This record gives sequence, C-alpha cells and structure tokens, in this order.
Amino acid sequence: MLVSVNWLKDYVDIDVPVDEFCERMILSGSNIETVEPMGTSFTNIVVAKILEIKPHPTADKLVLCMLDIGQEEPIQVVTGAPNVFEGATVPVILHGGKLPDGTVIKKGKLRGEVSNGMLCSAAEMGYDDKVINVLIRDGIWILDDDLVPGTPISEALGLEDSVVDFEITPNRPDCLSMIGMAREAACVFGKELRYPDITPQNEEENVSDYISVEIRKPDLCPRYTARVIKNVKIGQSPWWMQKRLMHAGMRPINNIVDITNFVMLEYGQPLHAFDIRNIKGGKIIIDTAADNDVITTLDGEERKLDSTMLTINDTERHIALAGVMGGLNSEIQEDTTTVILEAANFNADSIRFTSKKTGLRTEASGRYEKGIDANLCDKAADRFCRLVEMLGCGTVIGGIVDEYPQVQEARPLDVRVSRINKVLGTDISGEEMESIFRSLEMETSRDGDIIRVTPPTVRQDLNIEEDYVEEVARIYGYDKMPETLPSGGAVAGLTDAETVRVAARSILNSFGLDEIMTYSFVSPKSVDKVNLPEDDEYLRNFVRIINPLGEENSVMRTILAPSMMEVLSRNFAKGNKAAKVFEIGKVFNNSVINEEGLPKEEEKLCIGLYGKADFFELKGYLEKLFEILGIQDVRFTAVTTDPMYHPGRCAAVMAGDETVGRMGEIHPDVAERYGLSERVYLCELSFSWIIEQKDMDIVYRPLPKYPAITRDIALTVAEAIPVGEIRDLILRNGGAILESAELFDVYRGKQIEEGRKSVAFALTFRHPDRTLTDEEVSEDYERIISTIESTYSAELRKM
Amino acid sequence: MRDQLKSILEEATKQLRNASTMEEQEELRVKFLGKKGELTKILRSMGSVGAEERKAIGKLANETREEIERIIAVRKEELKAVQQKARFNAEALDVTEPGRPPKVGVRHPITRTIDEMTRIFMNMGFSLVEGPEIETVFMNFDALNAGPNHPSRDMTDTFYISEDVLLRTQTSPVQARTLLAQKPPIRIISPGRVFRSDTPDATHSPVFHQVEGMVVGENVTMADLKGTLAEFARQMFGRDTKTKFRPHHFPFTEPSAEVDVSCFKCGGKGCRVCKGSGWIEILGCGMVHPDVLKVGKIDTEKYTGYAFGIGAERIAMLKYEVDDIRLFYENDERFLKQFR
Repeated sequence: MLVSVNWLKDYVDIDVPVDEFCERMILSGSNIETVEPMGTSFTNIVVAKILEIKPHPTADKLVLCMLDIGQEEPIQVVTGAPNVFEGATVPVILHGGKLPDGTVIKKGKLRGEVSNGMLCSAAEMGYDDKVINVLIRDGIWILDDDLVPGTPISEALGLEDSVVDFEITPNRPDCLSMIGMAREAACVFGKELRYPDITPQNEEENVSDYISVEIRKPDLCPRYTARVIKNVKIGQSPWWMQKRLMHAGMRPINNIVDITNFVMLEYGQPLHAFDIRNIKGGKIIIDTAADNDVITTLDGEERKLDSTMLTINDTERHIALAGVMGGLNSEIQEDTTTVILEAANFNADSIRFTSKKTGLRTEASGRYEKGIDANLCDKAADRFCRLVEMLGCGTVIGGIVDEYPQVQEARPLDVRVSRINKVLGTDISGEEMESIFRSLEMETSRDGDIIRVTPPTVRQDLNIEEDYVEEVARIYGYDKMPETLPSGGAVAGLTDAETVRVAARSILNSFGLDEIMTYSFVSPKSVDKVNLPEDDEYLRNFVRIINPLGEENSVMRTILAPSMMEVLSRNFAKGNKAAKVFEIGKVFNNSVINEEGLPKEEEKLCIGLYGKADFFELKGYLEKLFEILGIQDVRFTAVTTDPMYHPGRCAAVMAGDETVGRMGEIHPDVAERYGLSERVYLCELSFSWIIEQKDMDIVYRPLPKYPAITRDIALTVAEAIPVGEIRDLILRNGGAILESAELFDVYRGKQIEEGRKSVAFALTFRHPDRTLTDEEVSEDYERIISTIESTYSAELRKM
Repeated sequence: MRDQLKSILEEATKQLRNASTMEEQEELRVKFLGKKGELTKILRSMGSVGAEERKAIGKLANETREEIERIIAVRKEELKAVQQKARFNAEALDVTEPGRPPKVGVRHPITRTIDEMTRIFMNMGFSLVEGPEIETVFMNFDALNAGPNHPSRDMTDTFYISEDVLLRTQTSPVQARTLLAQKPPIRIISPGRVFRSDTPDATHSPVFHQVEGMVVGENVTMADLKGTLAEFARQMFGRDTKTKFRPHHFPFTEPSAEVDVSCFKCGGKGCRVCKGSGWIEILGCGMVHPDVLKVGKIDTEKYTGYAFGIGAERIAMLKYEVDDIRLFYENDERFLKQFR
C-alpha cells in the first residue's frame, strides 16, 4: 500500500519528520517496505512557456523552442518531441541540472543550433510509465497554463512528498486505505482523525426515478448501493487529484474514473461507474451467471462464466463480473452524460474463486477477496458524489439506492485485563488498556477486570481475546515489555538420529570428506543417467510433485547417487582437481505409504570421490566409519551386475543377509555422461540402518598380560580366490589362541605363476592366562597352513 | 713401580686428550685399564714386592685407575657434545618450508549454522524433535490455523503431492505433531528442510532449512519469548547484540512479531550487510494461537506458549556474508572449504 505522506496529512496531523513517522508506525505494527522521496531526485528543472517554435535549419525532426523561463531574455532549447506547441507550459531542465537517472544536462549545440537545456517528459522526471497519463506519455509533460515561468518545478507542482510503501498483512485489509492508515497514525501519534467531507451540497431529482436494484443472491452480495450523476462532463482531473493517484501508483485517466479510484484508495471501497444509456430496463440485478454464459470485460477479453460466478446484470444481459471487472457493454465513454455509480459489498470467497477461475486479478478483486466492511458502501458513494461536485464534472441526483440484506453488525467482546497481562508478562492497568482501545476508535466499558470492547466494523480481524492482547501489546509497545526467561528447568536432548548424524559427520570430516547438500527433488530421468535398470520398479516409483518448478525438479529422489554425480561433475568442470564429499539426506518412495497417507522417507549416506582416489580408500572409509560407530559384522561381497558400477569393482555392503548399500567405481559410461574423465568412486547406503545399528557404548577390555607370538604366512593361490574368504577360513580354523589374522601383502608378478597371486597374512597368537610356547603355536600354525593348502590348492611360499 | 704408575697416568692423560672419537677413546681404555692393559700388567708384576709396599702400591694403582676412569668420563661428555653439535648442524631444517597438512573435511555451512543454533537452544533447555519432510496438508496448514483460504496454501507457493499431501513449507508441523503427542510442559526445537515454490535466484531457493522452536507451559509469557530470543541473538551474534521486536501477523501466533537484531557487522552504524539501517531482520515469532493449542486438546486457559521460526540459510548468508543462496546447493569445493 503506497501512502503519500502529504495525502495522509489531510486526515491526521503528522508533525514529526518522516524518519520518526516511519519508525513509530513500524513499531506499532505497520511494517514498511520502502520510503521513496518524491520531487527531490532531480535539480534545476523549472517551469517554462514556449513563446515560439521555429524549424531547425538542418534537421527535419528537430525544432527550436524559444522559452520564457522568467528571465529577461528568452532562451533557446532544441527538442525532437512531437507534442510541443506555441503557448504550451512545460518543464525544462537547465544547464547543470541532473535527472533522477544521474544524467547531467549541459548546454551545447544540437546539429549546429544552441540548446540551453532540455524539455522533460514525466518519465525523465522519474515517474514510472504505468502512472503517467496517456496524454503526456509519449512526449513532453504539458503542464497547466497558470504556472509561473521560472518557478522550480517541484514548487510549482507541489511534488515534494514521501511515499511510504506499507506492508499490509492479510489480517488488516482495513489498512488498504488512506483512512485506515490515518486511523493507525492518529492512534500512534495521539491525534484526531479527520474524516473527509462526504455530503453533496446540491442534489436534484431522485435516484429512484432512474434506477432500481434487486439482489437475488444475498449470501454473495450483502449490500449494493447506487447513486446517479447527470450532466457529466468527462475531462481531465485537476492536478492535485492526478498527483495523488500517481503517488499512490495509479494512472490518471479521466475525472470520473479518477474519482472512483481516488475514493477506493481513500476508503478501501471499490466503486464502479456504468453509463446509464447501456442499462436496459432501468434495473440492476445481482445474480449468479448460468453455466457457459459469456461476458466481454473492459479489457476486451471474452470470459466464460459458470453458475458459481456472481454478475451484475440489467434486465437483459450481464453488464459486469461482480467485484472483478466491468463489462465492455456498459463502459463510460467520452460522451457519457449520466452515470450510475455502484458501491457494493461482495462475499470475499466468491470473488476469490471467480478471480482465480477467470485468471483476472484487479485492484477491486484484490480488495474484495480480503474482506471489506459493508458499512463503507454508502459513505464511499456519497464521497464520490461530493467529489464530482467539487470537480464540477456533473450534477448529483438526490438519494441513494441501498439494498442491505445482510447488515454488518458491530461485535463487542469481553476481555480480561488480568488475562492480557498474564499472556504478555506485563502489569498494564485497565485504564491504560481502555485508552489504547479508544485511540483505535473502539468503544469500551469496564467492569472491574472485564473490559467490553466494541471495535469499528472495519476491524474484521478482532474476534477473540488474543486479538485484543495483540492490540494492547503493539500500541503499548513491544519494546516496553520486559525480557525474562521461561520459568522451570527443562532437560534438553538430541534425537537418536541427530546424535548419530552429528557423530557420522564428524567422523567423515576427520577422513577429509566435505559435507554437501543437494535438492530433494530431481528429474525422473536422473536415474537413467546413472544406469538404473529399466525394470527397477521400486526405485522408479517416484513421489511426484503436481506443480513442480520444471521437469528437472519434478520428482522426489529415490536415490542420492544422481545428485552426487551432479556435484562431482560441477566440481570437475570448474577445474577442481579432486572432490571427496558426502551427503546425508532423505530419499522418498511411493511404494510404501503409511497410515497418514505419507510416502516412506529413508535417510541415506552417499560418498563420492574423484582425484587420486581408489576403491580401497572408499572401502576403508566405510570400514572405519562402521568401526567407530560400533557397527559389527558388515561384509562386502562382489557384485558384477549393477550397471551403475564397474563390473569388476563393485561390492554390496551386507549386514547378515540384508544388502544395506552398494559401493564401487562408477561405470566409465556413467562418468562420461557427467563429463567426468576421471575415475569416480561412490557408495550409497542406508543411513537409517546405521542409525538403528549404531552402538556408541564402549566397554573397556583389559590389556593383555602375556606376550603374543606372531607368525607370518605367505601362499600362492589362484587369482580368483578372494582374500576375504582365505581370511575367514584362517579365523574359523585358527583355534582358541589365534587372536587375529591381518592381510599385509598381495603380490603378483615376478616369481609368481601367471594366473596366481601371493597373499601374506600376519597371524597373532596369544593365551589370556599364560605365556605360549613355540610348540603349541606351531601346532595351530601347521593346521592352518594345511587347511588353506587343501581348500584352495595353495602353495606355501618361503618367507 | 711408583714411577711406572705415574708415567701410565701421564701417558693416559695425554693420549686421552688427543683421542677425537669414541672408538679411539675405547681403545685407550682397553690399552690402559683392560684385562691385558698396562695397569693390570703392573699389578701382576707385584709378586716381587713386600707386603707393606704392596699395600701402598695397590692403593696407588687404584687411585691411578680411578683417575684414568674419571678422565675418560669427562672426555666422553666432551666428545658427545662435539658429535651432537656436528649432527645438529647436519640436520638443520628450513623451518619456513610448508608443513604437511592432514586432510580434514568440513561440515556444510548450513549444517554448521543449524548446529550452532541447536547448541544455543539446547543450553536453554530445548529438546530436538524431527518430523517428515513430506507432510499432510492438515499438519502443515489446518493444524497451524492457516485456513482453507490462506494465501500460503496456493499452488504458486507450495509444492503439492496430492490434494492432502505436500512438501512441508515450514518445520512447524513438527510442533503440531508434538502438541498431539505430548502434554505440557513442552520446550522443543525442530530444525529441518522445507520447500517453497520459488524459482532459484540469488535470494530464493525452493529448498531451504528452518529452525523452529516452541514452548508451552503454565505462565509462559511474551516477555519470556523476548528474553529467550534476545539471549539467542546475543549468543549467536555477539554479547552486544540488541534485539527489536516489531508487531507482525502470522496465522499460528497471536500476538506475532518479527525480530530485528542490531547489525553484527557494523554494530548498528549502518553498512552493506544491514543496507544502512543498522538492523537486520532475522526471524518471526509470537504467542501460540489458541486454535493451534486446541489441536493438541490443550487447556488454553491454563497453558500458554510461544513459538518462533528462523531461516538457517538467511542466518548463514548474513553471518558469512554469502551473497547468493544458490552457492549452498552448488557445493563447489572452493566454497565449502571456506567453512573450516
């Protein structure tokens, strides 16, 4: 809501500087987006009268204007504007003047002719194109003739003003009006609110001779008032009114339209004017349309209607889409002489649906859908008539047609002084509260702790006691309320899940991995890009967004890998030599829906590496992560069939028989698709599983009292035999005193037969209660060797 | 024999002085004091000497041995010092060469910001709660008093999965779930991911994070809300931070407020971060609307509560002076590594 401070001063005395005005309005709840100073953003622009226009000797499109700028000698200015004429009063910027866009004007020669300045358009003086009167939009601003040449333009036009853009919250539609804002300002600054003059002075005849109104849908139209003006002379509004409309962000059009807009801004009540020549049958009927009816609205568009839409009709046809836009068939014309003015109240929801269905949003519909006080109709209609008189553009017909089937009653409420203080933590007296309510034009009466408050009917936001708590708080001042902390202690804690996340992040960070965050929605094609099999119905069962930002963000992700690949790809493209990152995030699946109708959410951990990385680095991260989180008995088994991965470098992460994740080197085709010419390593596993499995409890094991005996063992085996299996075999057959078996070397090449590899383990033997002898260790050691030899056709190598 | 002993001592002293290595010194020790050394030779030839004299010579021989041993010990120390000095010279490093840094990863700046907020509120007794990111329309809107016509429900603002299911636009539904599941006193925060239908640009992201909090109990007042958030602001932005509560409107609170903090970059003088105003808006809050408490069948006469919601990205952008929200979701290593 753009509020001109000068205009606001018509209703309330504001005797503080604009800064202070804004600060105090903000602190009382009228938040401000911007403050725009008007008429001060340029220098050295004055009023000039064009005395003579001569052709430019060498340029067809330019003319020479001799200007009276209030000095002894006229000055010459060259212009190319087509709309200038001798005798016109115009703004001219003189040598050294600066325009709002920063341009400095200097005198000089234009195609050989002296130009001492530049004639200005309204746009050049800083006005937005959408508020400039069409008459002067395409040329120099033609001013009123009575301005004195040489007067600084801001002074001549009274341009100096501050326009404050108030942010009006949805609960306060009453503030979408000058009077509404003036009511707030009067309360904040302790001033009187002056209402405008709404009483027409010279009425003739009676409105009932011109028009009658019938409301057929009182639920949708609680009130409809109409007044009539005859002898209308359509013309331009006076400058003071045009200026107010412009500063409020509206374009001046003609006097009748301008007055309807002016009153709408003043009261917040939309008005509509019909030309009586086009109202058939002398009657206005408010009713819903029939399905498939059409109306051509003022903007020339044909709109299809249905039976939920409220329309304004004469006895034959639709003449307006109620509260949204007038019909083209009853529009005011240049030669209109008699006008019917509508000031009506419509049901907010009805207007919202109609506006939504037709896709037509107007200044009027935007106000109606927020809710307007029905008691404003007659006041706004009267004010319109009074302004018509003041502007001398018509004769007011006596009386008003007022159909008011659903009266907006005042709604008093009892509120408790004690309760208000209890919620706020304050000690405000009943007297002070009453005085706050009264300053907002509410009536009060008090009986001990109870105040009966009756707000003006424009305040439709006040329904329960808490609403009055807020009124007291904001006017008393949030800043004056004390600061305390809630009483009583409370035991704080993280959720289990967050505890594990915090631990896992810290562990992964300690490995050198950076955390990333990516969007939860992806393109459905993202899974194809990482080679997810076509027949994977589970991971392709996306939760779909009905109204996504675009195809690339249209489904909730079922896996993290594509987002990870995007991040690695972006880093690679930007020339980062390596990226080692992880994400802990949710995936969603439409295959499992809970009793609330919500799809399954599961947390996943995804790690991605490129740049001096390898398979076992990634595997080592997982093993260490599991170890630190106390997760035991995780196995890695070869997977050769996952098309996302290199078939020889992919493993399933197994907990018992359950697969909880996959890891490996990304298939080169997939990497290439993401523009990655490096080897990429990636794992994705269930973090929800990690959360369940984690065992943060540590129980100390006594340190060994007796020394260990270590024996190394080196064997050659066929290439295909996994070392993990050999190790499992050793541990199974090691006997009670085998403490550990660690692989320390795998060797292929010289001295080793083709197709075989040498593997070496360090075996550690220890007895908890005594020192071992070489003999008892040798017994177990020999048995281990012979078991491996026989199981895998292994050959012992000499160490 | 006395002369012999004397000359052995003199000879040993002289030769030991000239010995420049540990090895030479050891040779000399063997030569003079060893089993076949010169001193032993003399003692062995003592058979021809009388008992009186023998005793005296023995004493003298012992004294000679002790003296030679003492000289050896002293020389040993001297030699060690010389050798160490040579080693230190040889091993001297250029300490200005760079160190070998360990690889250490970093938390995402948003995680970092949320962790810090969580820590502050936990110290004030707030417990963490979590909820689903795909929510029911009821929990996200109806339970929070955003009626069927509230503009935030619009398809242009909210992502819908179906008529009844959406991507949560705030973490407040977790508050509604808590009110349904717990009895007062309640003191919770719910950090998490939320979604709004905004096309990404420098200041908008369709995915972002919030930390919302709620306290419900007997005698919970708006003054408590002010005190809690003022303390949060001081811990988050510095002890001298001031807070300003401006009246505002939210459907789930009444009264409602927006909170500004004095600019923590310029201290309130006006700068680029606060756009010259000296104040920065950081959150919305208010007293929990009775209609919201009623969802949890809570006696609104007995209990009152307050709630607040803070955007994590906004705080991170202000605190780290990040001028484009998209950077958080691009995950460029050169960006991430700055949040050490």
